[in-house]
Amino acid sequence: MASNSSNAQQRLRIIAGHLQKHTEDGNTSVAAQECKAEASRSDPSSLTPVPKRRQEVMKWNGWGYSDSRFLFNKKGQAEFTGKRYRLSGLILPSLKDWFEGTFGASLQHKSPATTTLNLSAVAPPNLNEPFMEDLKAAGVSASHDPEDRVFRAHGHCLHEIFALREGRIGRVPDMVVWPSCHSDVEKIVDLACKHNVCLIPYGGGTSVSSALECPHEETRSIVSLDTSQMNRILWIDEKNLTAHVEAGIIGQDLERQLNEHGYCTGHEPDSMEFSSLGGWVATRASGMKKNIYGNIEDLVVHIKMVTPRGVIEKSCLGPRMSTGPDIHHFIMGSEGTLGVVTEVTMKIRPVPEYQKYGSVVFPNFQQGVACLREVARQRCAPASIRLMDNEQFQFGHALKPQVSSMFTSFVDGLKKFYITKFKGFDPHHLCVATLLFEGDRGKVLQHEKQVYDIAAKFGGLAAGEDNGQRGYMLTFVIAYLRDLGMDYYVMGESFETSVPWDRILDLCRNVKERIVRECKERGVQFHPLSTCRVTQTYDAGACVYFYFAFNYRGLSDPVHVYEKVEHAAREEILANGGSLSHHHGVGKLRKEWMKESVSGVGLGVLKSVKEFVDPQNIFGSRNLL
Amino acid sequence: MEMASRILYSSRQRMLKKRDDFEDVLEERRRSSDLRYALKCYTPSLYKGLVPCKASMLKTIVLQSDHLQYVIKQVSSESGDSSECVTEEASLILDEMAHRLQLSTVRFFAFTLSKAFKRLFRSVCVNEEGIQRLQQAVQEHPVVLLPSHRSYMDFLMMSYLLYMYDLPLPVIAAGMDFMSMKFIGEMLRMSGAFFIRRSFGGDKLYWAVFSEYVKTMLRNGYAPVEFFLEGTRSRTCKSLTPKTGLLNIVMEPFFKGELFDVNLVPVSISYERILEESLYARELLGVPKPKESTSGLLKARRVLSEDYGSMHVYFGHPVSLRSLAEGKINRSQYNLLPRYIPQKPSTDNHEFLNDAAFRLVRIQEENMVLKPWVLIATLLLQNPDGMDLSSLTEQTDWLRHLALAFGAFLDWPDHASCSEVISCSLALHRHLLTVSAGHVQLSVTEALEVETTPEEAVFHRAVVVLSCASYRNQILHVFLRPALLAVAMQSANSNRKDDIYNCFSFLRNMFSNEFILCPGDSVQDFEEACYLLIKRGVLQVLEHEIVMSASGHSTLAFLCAALDPFLQGYQVVCRYLCEETNENLTEKEFVPAVRNFALKLILAGRLKCYEALSSDLQKNTLAALLRLKAVRKVKVGDQVTLKVNKIAVNSLEDMLGGKIPSQKPALARL
Repeated sequence: MASNSSNAQQRLRIIAGHLQKHTEDGNTSVAAQECKAEASRSDPSSLTPVPKRRQEVMKWNGWGYSDSRFLFNKKGQAEFTGKRYRLSGLILPSLKDWFEGTFGASLQHKSPATTTLNLSAVAPPNLNEPFMEDLKAAGVSASHDPEDRVFRAHGHCLHEIFALREGRIGRVPDMVVWPSCHSDVEKIVDLACKHNVCLIPYGGGTSVSSALECPHEETRSIVSLDTSQMNRILWIDEKNLTAHVEAGIIGQDLERQLNEHGYCTGHEPDSMEFSSLGGWVATRASGMKKNIYGNIEDLVVHIKMVTPRGVIEKSCLGPRMSTGPDIHHFIMGSEGTLGVVTEVTMKIRPVPEYQKYGSVVFPNFQQGVACLREVARQRCAPASIRLMDNEQFQFGHALKPQVSSMFTSFVDGLKKFYITKFKGFDPHHLCVATLLFEGDRGKVLQHEKQVYDIAAKFGGLAAGEDNGQRGYMLTFVIAYLRDLGMDYYVMGESFETSVPWDRILDLCRNVKERIVRECKERGVQFHPLSTCRVTQTYDAGACVYFYFAFNYRGLSDPVHVYEKVEHAAREEILANGGSLSHHHGVGKLRKEWMKESVSGVGLGVLKSVKEFVDPQNIFGSRNLL
Repeated sequence: MEMASRILYSSRQRMLKKRDDFEDVLEERRRSSDLRYALKCYTPSLYKGLVPCKASMLKTIVLQSDHLQYVIKQVSSESGDSSECVTEEASLILDEMAHRLQLSTVRFFAFTLSKAFKRLFRSVCVNEEGIQRLQQAVQEHPVVLLPSHRSYMDFLMMSYLLYMYDLPLPVIAAGMDFMSMKFIGEMLRMSGAFFIRRSFGGDKLYWAVFSEYVKTMLRNGYAPVEFFLEGTRSRTCKSLTPKTGLLNIVMEPFFKGELFDVNLVPVSISYERILEESLYARELLGVPKPKESTSGLLKARRVLSEDYGSMHVYFGHPVSLRSLAEGKINRSQYNLLPRYIPQKPSTDNHEFLNDAAFRLVRIQEENMVLKPWVLIATLLLQNPDGMDLSSLTEQTDWLRHLALAFGAFLDWPDHASCSEVISCSLALHRHLLTVSAGHVQLSVTEALEVETTPEEAVFHRAVVVLSCASYRNQILHVFLRPALLAVAMQSANSNRKDDIYNCFSFLRNMFSNEFILCPGDSVQDFEEACYLLIKRGVLQVLEHEIVMSASGHSTLAFLCAALDPFLQGYQVVCRYLCEETNENLTEKEFVPAVRNFALKLILAGRLKCYEALSSDLQKNTLAALLRLKAVRKVKVGDQVTLKVNKIAVNSLEDMLGGKIPSQKPALARL
């Protein structure tokens, strides 16, 4: 996977190992009016794979593109359809056995989703006529088509997707508006205040905190403010290495367009195919390569947000300021409760010359964590370093595509023999760290050696680039895999936390065991999958990511069971010194723990900010507070 | 209130629950070779995450632990000693404390104890379902074994049984006093005992070494940790108020997230005849406890020739600490301090710990097997002039049914008539009785020397009474709550429910050092008492009143009589304190002075209650008075003196005597 080229096409291919092969669909219908004051949108590369009418290319009741999905073919082999991904069109021979073995699921027992959206199940919109008229006069694109509205009524929490698959539609926004620039947003917010309608900003729709759910108690007309048409890079400043970007741009477009100029932001959250810049800011996102580039709070230089009180922004582009509490920190993580982020000035970096994956096998999870801790202590973490536990390692293994030659499978066999027999690693305890190095070639190789030397001290054995790359692939296809699971009575979810180094092992063990125990106590008939990885390292701790999934056959209300288990798992995390969230945010899903997490005074401070900025609760998503 | 009745419901469930069956483990021992048994292949099932480690390795882990290192630095900077010096000290403490479990010693014990047990006991009965549950529990989570403590036999028997059933051998917290039994002390150490000093109040280093040692064994799943919640052998066979120190230590790894869960396994060990029976009685009467010594043990060989009947060991259901703490402990309180830094338990934790300890002891009590003799002893104590065999038989049968209705775990032979059972029991305990012409009476059996002073005669009689009381005490927990209600009804001014509850609550409070009464369970206990007596047809509870049924008299009279020795004994202590003129009565003088006072009353014929001579009762009364602030401790120099509020003590005495002031106490809760 090593690459010497800084060529944009090459870069495109390597970035996260997952992006599209073609950008062929050119017909995105951008009907919004030009914003006269802004730069023109003539750059052809700004054509995005996600159109305004998302349902044209994306699933309405599942993850990602309609043409890309896992399925078990007639021979019972798993394959991934479509042409967009490296995995597309490939057979995954071991997935079936893993799937059936892990969950006790069977290909005979299917739980298919409703295929088409039943429009009659969508409640008629509660429209605010005067608002609509003023909006039309202002020339802002809008729709109250049921498909548009349903699409923006949810994120990707399990209960949201599960309900859609069953064809159950709850409260949906009454209307969708597509501003095409900052001043459109100003107009919309003004009118919303004037006519007292509720606004819920919508970026990529990848929320996993129930943040996009329409509050049941909301009686006003709810308007979903879709930022997707504000997707231009307005300027690039090579002297200061910054770019000024509209906040509706989605991750893959931002990276691709910057790459064309030889730059990148380096911000790669797992959802980057679909999530938007504004969404990252609003949730305090974290990217896979934060060790080099930083998290969103390190990346932003300037933010512009439209609130009911007007626009909030700083007056200069200075790299750091001592001007009281940083107002950016009221914006970042505000989860759509204060306003709409419209434009962001971000740091950019030249595209790295060289990138290399790697992996290390450890005899057990403890040794792996000790190694990551040492790497963090020496502050020599590569762009990404992640440690998967044994279950996740096996999960990753099940995603190995069919090997093309006898020789490869022979070599694989040898490797396995070497590790389990010669080195005495127990296949049921060993775990693997995946690595991604980036930079100029010489330094990467040097860096690689340093990390492998540390790993060796903890019993780690280098296990090749393939294993590493497959590990990262898992995070991009996991959401597609969840849809496959749901076709066969398996439901699952991921959640995360951050925790001090000395508590990682205890937290991981206790949370995983709590999940297993809760499932058992709540009548789940099969052993659940309960697995974790240490996914980011910091000086003082790490981010831990959990997957949990179970076979729900025989349960009368599986979503309820699932929610109870997830709730218990979060309680366990908090009891073991973990945080409420590292980067997913709070939304409505984790709101009940906010006071406990930031103290009553802390919550009061946030509430008083909300009270000042938005006294009418125009941004009425009721997230966070 | 609703909450309380929900808890009560579950305890009722427990009472109705069928208990496991027993197997006699000696049967097999009588049939096959003890030597081969001692040398059998021993492969215990282990805790899942266990990395086997030797005793020496354990020491290194403890010494290098973050917690101990932290305390060593702290002690070193406070005392000015070098940290090497303090480490050396810690290492010595650990040597003094640590067990050195050796399979060969265990095998030696397996052989000798087999021989000894077969001579001592007719049978040793174990609930094998409990063993199976334990086998399961040991593999799931670290286990803490919590046996009741009535005899030195207890922990020998525990290890013996665990070895027999191929369970991992426990490490046992033992008092330092065993260490003085040179050879035996080392033998015990090699069979898994570790030794702790009886008092080490302010010694930070000792505490750190000790707690880290226990926690390390628990965290690593090294072996089940065994200790006695009651802290010491109960001389009276009543369960003792639990000590929470060690319980706190074994719970902390769970609170701090180091363990997912801990299985607490209460074990109830009961004896048909206690080896230390008369020894205990003498001790309670002021003959000091003999210092444990090897030669003393050899003298105890005499006991080997006697018949001690059967013994029962009941392994209770493992109690998950996690479930116990659910909703009561906020574990995130430990989030803000590195976990190796010792943290004082919060008030919540303290309450939880206390509550848990009481509940565990209650489970021990409930699973304690009671022999028929316990019923007989109860009746004989209530009839000091003796009973005709026929009436004893009749009343024993009556009492048996009452006890069963109240949930007693009675081991009554299946296919024997009541009179057979009784004569069998009388035979086993003949040293406490005289039976002549169909008349049974408690008595001094050893022919007394001709020249005995009246004082000596009283003491001889008292030894018999206290020995006998130690059997009655075993069943008191079954009758306790209804008995408190019976006494409360007797002394309340009216039939009104809240009046009776107030009396009940007063008595319960007064006796909470004497019996196992969970703090805060007053309402629940009251309801339980009502429930049991209604079920038995003794009471009728109307909306605001509680009235006796026509047929309830005998039951209420029996229940009142069961508590009578305690009511009288407490009154004697109160009277003594009111009449005592010495302003500087020291704590040390208290017990002998009360004993003298009671002795004089008995000699003068003004007191019939020999149990008032028991130092246990006297100390419990003092503890209650201190708790109720009727007596204060004042430290003068290195003496602790007792300052008595005579008005308060006098009024408590009146209330115990049934003179309840008519004004309504403010704390009525019903």
